[in-house]
Amino acid sequence: MAAPRASLRLVAPVWNGGTSGIRGLSRAVDPEGSQRKGRALLQFLADRFYDVEAVRGYLLQKQVLKVLQKNRSFTYIKERYGPYVAGASFILKQGGAVKFQDKEWMRPNGRGLSGELWKLREVPVEAVDASGCAINYQGLDNLLALRELQSLSLRCCPHVDDWCLGRLHQLADSLRELSLAGCPRISERGLACLHHLRNLRRLDISDLPAVSNPGLTQILVEEMLPDCEVLGADRAQSLKLGPEEQPRDTASSPIPA
Amino acid sequence: MLRGALRFGLGPGLLGRRLGTHRGGSTLGKAEGSGGCRGSGVSPVSSHVTFRTRGPGPRWEDSGSLGAGDWDGKVSEIKKKIQSILPGGAWSPLCDTSHLPPEHSDVVIVGGGVVGLSVAYWLKRLEKQQGAIRVLVVERDHTYSQASTVLSVGGIRQQFSLPENIQLSLFSVEFLRNINEYLAVVDDPPLDLQFNPSGYLFLASEEGATIMENNVKVQRQEGAKVCLMSPEQLRKKFPWINTEGVALASYGLENEGWFDPWCLLQGLRRKVQSMGVLFCHGEVTRFVSSSNHMETASGEKVTLKRIHEVHVKVDHSQEYQPVECAIVVNAAGAWSGRIAELAGIGKGPPGTLQGTKLPVEPRKRYVYLWHCPQGPGLEAPLVADPSGAYFRREGLGNNYLGGCSPSEEEEPDPGNLEVDHDFFQEKVWPHLAWRVPAFEALKVRRAWAGYYDYNTFDQNGVVGPHPLVVNMYFAAGFSGHGLQQAPAVGRAVAEVMLEGRFQTINLSPFLFSRFYLGEKAQERCII
Repeated sequence: MAAPRASLRLVAPVWNGGTSGIRGLSRAVDPEGSQRKGRALLQFLADRFYDVEAVRGYLLQKQVLKVLQKNRSFTYIKERYGPYVAGASFILKQGGAVKFQDKEWMRPNGRGLSGELWKLREVPVEAVDASGCAINYQGLDNLLALRELQSLSLRCCPHVDDWCLGRLHQLADSLRELSLAGCPRISERGLACLHHLRNLRRLDISDLPAVSNPGLTQILVEEMLPDCEVLGADRAQSLKLGPEEQPRDTASSPIPA
Repeated sequence: MLRGALRFGLGPGLLGRRLGTHRGGSTLGKAEGSGGCRGSGVSPVSSHVTFRTRGPGPRWEDSGSLGAGDWDGKVSEIKKKIQSILPGGAWSPLCDTSHLPPEHSDVVIVGGGVVGLSVAYWLKRLEKQQGAIRVLVVERDHTYSQASTVLSVGGIRQQFSLPENIQLSLFSVEFLRNINEYLAVVDDPPLDLQFNPSGYLFLASEEGATIMENNVKVQRQEGAKVCLMSPEQLRKKFPWINTEGVALASYGLENEGWFDPWCLLQGLRRKVQSMGVLFCHGEVTRFVSSSNHMETASGEKVTLKRIHEVHVKVDHSQEYQPVECAIVVNAAGAWSGRIAELAGIGKGPPGTLQGTKLPVEPRKRYVYLWHCPQGPGLEAPLVADPSGAYFRREGLGNNYLGGCSPSEEEEPDPGNLEVDHDFFQEKVWPHLAWRVPAFEALKVRRAWAGYYDYNTFDQNGVVGPHPLVVNMYFAAGFSGHGLQQAPAVGRAVAEVMLEGRFQTINLSPFLFSRFYLGEKAQERCII
């Protein structure tokens, strides 16, 4: 690395702005003041008592397991009803919406999956709206089986990160519209692997808090995908922020060890 | 009177043993000169008796002779000394040994880089009962100024030709992807490895094309996502490449790229400390071992060695601590060969197992950072030319990192980490500018050098126990792939130590015995 200690320093502002502690994973966008005070007390106790530390570690593990459970593979449904129905039921269970070809948008109603879903075995899925869903790298398996997917919206998904974007190349043939706005874990490094999506015509990369330089990133992504319309941060706004962003960009400042 | 109390009351039996410190005298009665003082300037009371307490405390005899004239001065001095002995004063019979490692440790890991810390992590993770194994990591340089880990370019790929290497890399990538589950510490912020999933692009000329095809077949069998590209496809995808001389290219689609090795190191360090591993800042200077002369079933005589103590010398001091241990792990990176020599590996007639050295030596490699305003865009992978030159993007500002492995004749002297800028001008830039015409106009901004722990035998790692020194385990010699294989290698070594054999990934081709048997586990086309 050019300046290994510098890169650790560069990471710190993102940490503080993003998640405050591992527990803030799903509430990445907004830590509240009173919760912070409670957390300080718990931190104090955990530093001094092994039992408190163990209990907190256990609760953390449970949260992680919850996300994993939501993202398990729907193999049984896939074998019986085909990949389209499996993918659709996965999205509906997570709370998103699915649009089959020539049909209306299906949203989850309170009473579980609707009966007509099982009849749509041969109908490909055209569009998926997974905004706010807790999809992660494993759960993306179910989505990537939808080979005729044309529009995918992953707005504000808290667990979608650069690794997940690296998998999207499997949808390169069909995907025309992609929205990643508001995902707290996506950075410009993940956006670099979107160049596989050669049929992409609309890309939304606004409001990505982990991207260090939104204006420059948008220019580079536009150069990378010449046929695509890229919606990103307002360029005038990012120019205004220019002078304040300077210290983070110059990697030449000597960093004390 | 007080000296008498020191000699008899606080002798070895009472306080000395429990304190566990050596101030230059060892248990066997050897006095290593007078070198036990921590620079306090006070010489020991009597150097022929092995005291384990601190110096004599307040001295009585160098106050000079009692003269009538300075009786008041004497009284005040005596009062000061009595005050220092009383509770609350500065003198205490218990010595501060916090700078020394403990006297006993079950496992001593020599080397605190990414491989050593990975072994420590997996040992603590796979132990049968929490806290069952005491692990000590000995690292000579806590600033890691010469460590290969932090000076590395940070790439990870699955494009190898040996299935074992591919499996190691696949597991390591899975580890890095879920690093916040593996290395989670309560109340610490999550790690951001800054992973760039941009992939590796290997270019092959006519001669290398068949080898590349075979390699890709093996990689796909193991589960790596790699695709082959023809020169036309290459030109379409990456128009900035000059495909002249390229017959075939292999491109890693997923799970390949580069990341920040410093972050991984700090994350491992933090987690491993929270699991109870002790760190020691010192250098291993000696192994004390015992030999067993035995006979094999066929009647050959063989000498098995077992290491009992590791002498760890403290920095800038003559002080050392013998650490009694059960197992030693050699994860010293570029200096693993030296550690193996200390353990007596390779001392014997050449051609025998006793005479087989660990063929790992440091090799210097340069990395250059340059700026090129019209260079390849955001989609650029880590491109490796058939000539051996490679480069990748660094950040958003059109900066690029790259280098080239020198041929055997041009190997630079590994004595220091000075950078040779002429090497870039003559050996690296021509190949880069040929492959990517935009690089004809570039400006080198920075350069640094790091060591490969180069395995001169077959350029792949050495993992597992030594056949004769029965309790030394190796995890070294990765020749440039150490960082990307570290998590998986750590797990493999921990499995061998705890279970006796490899359980998840079978690394038998990487055992030490291959050097004696002559079985090379060689990669085809490495950087």
